[in-house]
This record gives sequence, C-alpha cells and structure tokens, in this order.
Amino acid sequence: MHAITYESPKSLAQALSLLSATGEKGRLLAGGTDLLIQMRAGVRKPEQLIDAKSIPELQVLSFNSQDGLRVGAAVPCCRLIEDPAVRQHYPGLVEAAGLIGSVQIQSRCSLGGNLCNGSPAADTTPALIALGAVCHVASSKGTRTVAVEDFVVSPGRTVLQADELLVEFRIPAPKPHSADCYQRFIPRNEMDIAVVGVGAAVTLNGDTCTAARISLGAVAPTPLFAKEAGASLVGKPLNESTIAAAAALAQQIAVPITDMRGTAEYRKHMVGVLTRRVLTTAAERARAK
Amino acid sequence: MANKVHVETTLNGEAVEFLCEPRQSLLEVLRDVLGFTGTKEGCLTGDCGACSVILDGRISCSCLVLGVEAQGKNIQTVEGLAQADKLHPLQQKFLEHAALQCGICTPGFLVAAKALLDRNPNPTEHEVRYGLAGNLCRCTGYDKIVRAVLDAAAVMQGR
Ligand code: FES
Ligand code: FES
Repeated sequence: MHAITYESPKSLAQALSLLSATGEKGRLLAGGTDLLIQMRAGVRKPEQLIDAKSIPELQVLSFNSQDGLRVGAAVPCCRLIEDPAVRQHYPGLVEAAGLIGSVQIQSRCSLGGNLCNGSPAADTTPALIALGAVCHVASSKGTRTVAVEDFVVSPGRTVLQADELLVEFRIPAPKPHSADCYQRFIPRNEMDIAVVGVGAAVTLNGDTCTAARISLGAVAPTPLFAKEAGASLVGKPLNESTIAAAAALAQQIAVPITDMRGTAEYRKHMVGVLTRRVLTTAAERARAK
Repeated sequence: MANKVHVETTLNGEAVEFLCEPRQSLLEVLRDVLGFTGTKEGCLTGDCGACSVILDGRISCSCLVLGVEAQGKNIQTVEGLAQADKLHPLQQKFLEHAALQCGICTPGFLVAAKALLDRNPNPTEHEVRYGLAGNLCRCTGYDKIVRAVLDAAAVMQGR
C-alpha cells in the first residue's frame, strides 16, 4: 500500500475541519473492509485516512417509536444485528446486514461504508431504500439530507462532495402493520456478492396495502428504487396477482449486465422471483404484527 | 520512509507499545514489528480468516485493520490461548481430533472458535459452521474442525 497519513478525530467538528483541509486527498475510514482492499489494489489512493469510528455522532444507534431509528454511519453491522429494537422493527435491515461477509467482516463493516463504497451490489442499500431511509450529510459549511436512493451516482461514486461526510441514517418509525424484508440470490449459502438483491417494505390496513416500497440491487449501475412497482400495490390487497404485477414492473426497470455471476437475462428473471418472495414475506410479517 | 506513529495497546492482557507506519496492517505489525507470528497471512482481502484476532471482543481480520487503529484497543491472538504450559481446551481438542494438517489456517480457526464460544458457550453444529464460515481450510474438509470445537465446548461446559 502507498504511504498515507492517519487521523482519528474525536469530534464531528474536528473531522469536518480535517476533511475541508485535505479535500479530495482525504477519505473517511469506517470498517475498512472495502477501502483497505481497494487501497492495496491501487483502486483508491487517498493520501489521508480519517478514522470515522471515534466520532460520537457516527456511532449513534437509537430507536424510539415516534422518530424511528438513527444509525450512525460507522456503527458496525454486528451492533446493528444484535440490537433488540432493530431486530424487532426492521427485520429486513437485519437480514441485509447479516448477509455481508463473515462474522469477521460484520465486526467491522458499516451501513455508511457499504453505501459510500458505492457498489451496485451492496446488500444494505436496497434494504435502506425500501425503508425510506434518509442520509444526513455534513460539511464545515452546513448539513443536508439525501434520500438513500439518490446517494450513489455511478459504481463507486456518490453525491458526497470532497468536504462532506455521511453522519447518519434516519429511518422512519414503523407504522402499525408494516414490515420489511430483504433477500438476495447467490449460488452458494454464504460469503458471496449478490447476483440480484431485492428489498421491500409494506404497510397494511386490514387486507389493503396502504404503502409499499421496493428496491433492487446488482441489476443496474446503482441500487434502484422501483417506485412504480411499489406504487402499483397501494389501495389493493396483497395477493398472488397484485404481487406478480408489481414484480413485473420491477423487472422493467432492471438493466443488468452479464458477468461471471449471471447473465443479464437470468438476473432479470431473478428480479421477478425475488420481488415476489420479499413482498410475500413482508406481507406475512406485517399481518402478524 | 513515512513518519511512524506511536501506538499503545493491550495484547493478550499485557500493555504493549510500538511504532508503525499508518499504512501497515495490524497483521503486519503483529508479525513483523512485535514478533507475534502465530497470526497468519493468507489472502489479505478478508476472505480466508487466517489473520483472525479478537479486537475489543469482536473477531476481526487483522489484515483489514491498520496497526494505528489498535490504539487503546484490546487484542487477543492465538499466543494468548494457552495458559503457561497448559493448552486451551480448543487447542487440546484440535490435537485429539486431528483437526489440522498443514496448520496454516489453525491459529485463525482457534481464535475464531474462541470468539464464538465466548459469546455462545453451547453452540449447535449449525452455529459452529456459520461462526467459522469466514475461515478457510484447504486441507481438513472442516468436519474434524467442527467436531473439535463442539467437543471443546462440551468440555468447557463441564459435560
Ligand atoms: S489474510 Fe486476512 S482474511 Fe485472509
Ligand atoms: S490445515 Fe491446511 S489449510 Fe487448514
């Protein structure tokens, strides 16, 4: 690896002033499970790493039934997966975080790192999009919010400016009779990168769906929000035919590539299969609440 | 030569300090700076688990941690498992079950198994296989490793 400098700021203000001084040459280090590999391979060449893990604002993990969930960008996935409130209210997010790498990787990796890495196949990004999560971004000039679906602009690139950092995710409180689900397809049981990943969150009122969000991973240059597919379910019961119609709409926006993990045609087919499965599971979970 | 950083950390219960370059991994520091060569290097990409250490109670790949990140942390390596000349039950059971052949993966498996049993003293076979899925072995076929860990858990539980 090339020579670098390392800073471990203990406050957000300190981190932001470091970042505004280094600009493009600096990069936030969360778990390092993607970044250090990329630096060794010469894919990313930051001159300064700014460790995100000692910044208190980036380690927040709190839930309340009014405001929902706050997850600091650097919270390791192991903490998220073990958190009782997260397990109870956001099972799809737990499913996604629990699919990333091994136990070793989950000790280090974070939602913020997963998103800022900008991979189209990131597992937690579709789960966050389904939940309507919003990113809180800060720079020394101020703060702004960005919906997760608008955050990644192309493979490996995000909306973050050189002086900005991702502070935390805000995830809305679950409505009564709502639930989420995330599933991915890989050709083995564990430790692989999604061939296709699909997230869904639904809200029911009796038999009627009152809100639905569907999201897709690994089938486009960036994770996708399948807005029309979710909207097609609103006002209808969630049954085999409405779910199949939503899955067909989700398939329409998928523009996958063919690579060693699967052909474009196969990926498109799997979007339909997984969309049906996650909607069915999310609906079952919502009914059980 | 880039500027070296002074780091203070706890390694297997003892305070240690070292100098390292910020680009050096914890794995490199353990092996080449501190002489703790029990922790092995396999892939350097977080895939094989040979470099596993317990960092503040969490099993981690030391190839994906920087040496400078160890500041103020608590690190356990395979060298910390045995007490004086008494092997840890996991080490004893790995021997009894012949759960190693070439041995390059063994320190990583031992440390990962220790981390697993610390959190879950009575795991099912499924939980052992899942908990060790981040450790690769090219020799044993895993079965003997899983049996050794289950047996060690039983011994440690006094069964
Ligand atoms: S050397 Fe660290 S996981 Fe392989
Ligand atoms: S004993 Fe040789 S790699 Fe495991």
